[in-house]
Amino acid sequence: MSTSRSQIESPAVPAWLQAAPFALVFLVFFVLPLVFVVIVSFWDYNDYEMLPAFTTRSYVESFEGCWTQLPDLCTILKTYVSTAKFCFIVWAATLAIGFTVAYFLAFHVRSITTQMVLFLLCTIPFWTSNVIRMISWIPLLGRNGLVNQLLMNAHLTATPLEWLLYSPFSVALAFVHLFTFFMVVPIFNSMMRIDRTLIEAAYDSGASAWQTLWSVVVPLCKPGIVIGSIFVVTIVMGDFITFGVMGGQQIASAGKVVETRLDALQFPPAAANAVILLGVTLLIIVALNRIVDVRKEL
Amino acid sequence: MREGRSPAFYALAVFFAAFVLFLYGPMIVIFILSFQGPSGGLTFPMNGVSLHWFERLWQGGGIVDIAGAFKRSLQLGIVVMILTVALSLSAGLAFRKRFFGAGALFFVAVASLIVPSIVTSLGIALEFRLLDDFLKSHGPALIADGLTTTMGLFTSGLGAHLTWTLPFGLLVMFAIFNRFDQRYEEAARDLGATPWQTLRHVVLPIILPSVIGVGLFGFTLSWDEIARSSQAIGERNTLPMELQALTTTVTTPDIYALGTATTGVSFLVIALALGAIAILRARQARHGSDAGQA
Repeated sequence: MSTSRSQIESPAVPAWLQAAPFALVFLVFFVLPLVFVVIVSFWDYNDYEMLPAFTTRSYVESFEGCWTQLPDLCTILKTYVSTAKFCFIVWAATLAIGFTVAYFLAFHVRSITTQMVLFLLCTIPFWTSNVIRMISWIPLLGRNGLVNQLLMNAHLTATPLEWLLYSPFSVALAFVHLFTFFMVVPIFNSMMRIDRTLIEAAYDSGASAWQTLWSVVVPLCKPGIVIGSIFVVTIVMGDFITFGVMGGQQIASAGKVVETRLDALQFPPAAANAVILLGVTLLIIVALNRIVDVRKEL
Repeated sequence: MREGRSPAFYALAVFFAAFVLFLYGPMIVIFILSFQGPSGGLTFPMNGVSLHWFERLWQGGGIVDIAGAFKRSLQLGIVVMILTVALSLSAGLAFRKRFFGAGALFFVAVASLIVPSIVTSLGIALEFRLLDDFLKSHGPALIADGLTTTMGLFTSGLGAHLTWTLPFGLLVMFAIFNRFDQRYEEAARDLGATPWQTLRHVVLPIILPSVIGVGLFGFTLSWDEIARSSQAIGERNTLPMELQALTTTVTTPDIYALGTATTGVSFLVIALALGAIAILRARQARHGSDAGQA
């Protein structure tokens, strides 16, 4: 946020008034709702409605069996461990692909125009709905889909592979498909800021291409990598749509637990699970922030 | 940087091409399959080529109230677009000066992008439910009687969408004003323009192309939004929500036709916006001497 702060004298409208409508929207539709989530998570409920009486029932029920079932994992821990696994796989894949793509665009494409054209080429799919991008895998990965047809024609498999669609595989694939670009943008941005003479200097000092990449480019890209990681990890953590559509509504995730409770109109447990989800998400961001102070980089 | 193309360049170029194919391939497949013949199914082979599924979609055959959902999404998208432009522009101007709580407001806006959408959506739903309960028990009879819910497309739904589009709008505004040459404003002031005249006749014309970009961003973000709408949209779904619901039930290429049609609208809006931006840029280049060439 490096908006130039030079003073503009005698504004017609005071700054706070200009910002007021914007601030009001976030107060009414973001800050207050979060407060209500926390409050309601401590309310009681029955089959029909929520009851405004303080209780930790929703939290106790959410963590039910977590202590007594040890060393087996209780439901909520299992769900979080499984979601964390997806986070890790998707993070690793998007980072590897995103870094390579950004590296190509930033260091190997020489003209700025070509860079911009290729960059735009990658953004166009983002102008369509995520659901459409998800269902577009059905004709490819389905039981009678293209991949299975090819595999069977090549006699690599006798029966169609069932794990291609509505499976953990398709969920992870869809995440990578949808969100790799969130990794490309900040890393590309970091790479474009790298002073090219540093790389020349590394070569002149006898560093190999790999050494330059590893000891010069990667450390200087850290802010971009961290920002991209925050985006990808928080998206996977809170997602329920991709898990739902690509998992055939059969795969649990941290975000989907909240949705399931809501479908049953159990608001206090849904709120408690939302608070837990929010807490875990914030912990991850704080941990990633320890690596790089993101605010300095904006 | 270096002379000649290294082998690494070709390896990376192939990787990039594969990435682009990965991005586009599936979309192209459903685009083709949406023209499936009347007896065709969800996968290849094509059983003829026809507009059958688009016709069915148009007549609303097979799918419930797609036309209604389409209209609702379009209306909401337009309102979100207008408000996103107006509020982000106003807030962007405010952030160029100092004001109490500027840091906190920026933090809240960024937090809104990072907090899982389902949490925000649930919060808004709870807020409106509690408001309903309050109005029914304490509100004046005029309101309390006959009130079903205050939740709806243009109350809770609109708010939910704005918490998603406004942070992006503000970030784009920062980028715009970072590049803005303040000497234009100073010149206008020196010539005796009031702050309003400066804004109206100097600042706005220069940044207008980027402001259209913000509007475009606002519309498409709203047009495709599901996660935040999921609990907060009220009784009637938007188009992407209908589409999501269809994924579990539909077994015909209807859904591909719908996908192709929705994508078509997105691309149309983008084309219109980019066209407007190009025309404005050309006008600036012709008329405004050297104005706008930041």
